[in-house]
Amino acid sequence: MTTLTADERAVRRIAFRQTLGRWDVRVSPYLYISPFFVLFALIGLFPLVYTAYVSVHEWNLIGGQGDFVGIENYATVLSQQYFWTSLRNTFSIFLLSSVPQVIVALLIAAVLDANLRAKTFWRMGVLLPYVVAPVAVALIFGDLFGDRYGLINTTLGTLGIDPIRWHVDVLPSHIAIATMVNFRFTGYNALILLAAMQAIPRDFYEAAMIDGASRVRSFFSITVPMLRPTIIFVVITSTIGGLQIFDEPRLFDQSGRGGANRQWQTITMYLYELGWGQRDFGRAAAVAWLLFLIIVFIAMINFLITRKIADTGSRGNSLTRAQAKEARRVRAARKASASATARTGTTESTPERIPA
Amino acid sequence: MTANATLPVGLGAGETRDGRPPGAPLPRPRRRGRAGGYANRPGFFVYGTLAAVLLGSVFPLWWSFVIGSHDKAAVNSPTPPLLPGGNFLANAATVIDSIPFWTALGNSIVVSTSISLAVVFFSTLAGYAFSKLKFRGREGLLVFVIATMAVPTQLGIVPLFIVMSKLGWTGSLAAVIVPGLVTAFGVFWMTQYLREALPDELIEAARIDGCSMIRTFWHVGLPAARPAAAMLALFTFVSSWTNFFWPFIVLDPNNPTLPVALQQLQAAYFVDYSLVLAGVVLSTVPLIVLFALAGKQLVSGIMAGAVKG
Repeated sequence: MTTLTADERAVRRIAFRQTLGRWDVRVSPYLYISPFFVLFALIGLFPLVYTAYVSVHEWNLIGGQGDFVGIENYATVLSQQYFWTSLRNTFSIFLLSSVPQVIVALLIAAVLDANLRAKTFWRMGVLLPYVVAPVAVALIFGDLFGDRYGLINTTLGTLGIDPIRWHVDVLPSHIAIATMVNFRFTGYNALILLAAMQAIPRDFYEAAMIDGASRVRSFFSITVPMLRPTIIFVVITSTIGGLQIFDEPRLFDQSGRGGANRQWQTITMYLYELGWGQRDFGRAAAVAWLLFLIIVFIAMINFLITRKIADTGSRGNSLTRAQAKEARRVRAARKASASATARTGTTESTPERIPA
Repeated sequence: MTANATLPVGLGAGETRDGRPPGAPLPRPRRRGRAGGYANRPGFFVYGTLAAVLLGSVFPLWWSFVIGSHDKAAVNSPTPPLLPGGNFLANAATVIDSIPFWTALGNSIVVSTSISLAVVFFSTLAGYAFSKLKFRGREGLLVFVIATMAVPTQLGIVPLFIVMSKLGWTGSLAAVIVPGLVTAFGVFWMTQYLREALPDELIEAARIDGCSMIRTFWHVGLPAARPAAAMLALFTFVSSWTNFFWPFIVLDPNNPTLPVALQQLQAAYFVDYSLVLAGVVLSTVPLIVLFALAGKQLVSGIMAGAVKG
């Protein structure tokens, strides 16, 4: 047994602490990010992948896993009329909600972008519907769109228009449900667009004004093209959410099946009906996986289309070469004077982005 | 670089164009009409449009109170009422008797609070590591986080339900809370914020003074993250309070959250909308109160996220 002197012990203690310190530096970052990755793997990624496994088996809500059946669940689902009905309904409701929503949000953002009094008040007013639960929104609008005594039909009646059968006909029911979605999210998206608008360098507008462009013209030739990334962001997030819509159509009537002929049954409602109504988890998983593929596909198409629209927008209404040059000159001057202190631009402030 | 982090948020790229020499004191951000040099004060058209939008936001809520404060006869008459009646308290009492309202309210509070706290804590921790610590694979992992924001995880419900029933959790609040504990959005959000708001010098100073990594996080990282953490907490709270699909599937009818209870109310009283909408009012009031207190933060949260995202 060797006994250590006090000095030796002190040296060892310091060495040990240094080793600990090095480990601390090396391991800590991974420890800090691990809760996210572990939990996400367990509750996000694993279920999604496992859905594919369930979808190729016979699988009952109560009985559990059965035989491997290959693509039979997919084949059955694809041969069901209700699947195609629900696909049509989902797309119809999605288009009726997303397209007007982005346009109206853009207009609201433009209006909010003016030099308003009581800015915060108006912005909060626009955002208010966002905190109302979709379930509550569905119940309120379910009443407003009532077929017999609803306020909307009564109002139409005083104008001499026949009542619309919101809960019976296909298109009216889709419009009613899209209205609920729009009610909740238009203001939210308007604020996102507003923030992006405020990040557009003001000298673009100055240059346009000097060259005699009208306010409307600068909106379409400067604002809209500059907002392209934000519009893509808004459209893609609303796609991901919109194609999974469940709450609003589920509570549009009492039965929750999406109408007598499934006029407004969406894919997620269909998934629910298969899984928890018919207790067929295999087919429900097949629907989930199909919907997943559709969402990925549509998100990509969205991306391409939105980019194209913003592109042609900027080309079709573009400023003249001289105007663009002027804008670039103003910008360069500003950049030179500001380079020492200015934070580099937020989203889109590279000169190439000037419509040319 | 870090000196710029202390600039007020409103002072973005557009504010130094006035040719002020570098290093001169910052001028106050001018209050300006956003449409460049166009006329400054907006007119009737702008305020008229805004008033119409505001009316559209408020009217459905007002309407639910109007209907919720009448009785069945008034609601089903050919001329619907436009002003509140005197029946709200009676309706509210019926609602509270016929659905497990207090249980649902308590459950909603428990679920939303615990999910918000967990999301904020885990996101801040991960965001701090991603923005301020150096480690192998950092960029790749961050890209992975961002990519997962676009993954529709809701579509994993079938296996999620299978797992929950294997664990014996169906019907319990844990089945709702656990899947909400982390969000990719939260991690991304905190990373973006801390990258700008927390100077590296502060962390270095703490380290030189002998703080361990976790103490540095606790005493330097967390305090710096507070504003963004508060916003993240608000958004998470609102979204878990309003969440319906998964709780509806996994919870028992006698132990619901508020949205699930509202669905029960509709199933029970379809023909009497005064009761259904009285329930809507009861369940929406807590969030309206929250909005009155913190709506300003929600607004700036959305706008800050948009610019950075």
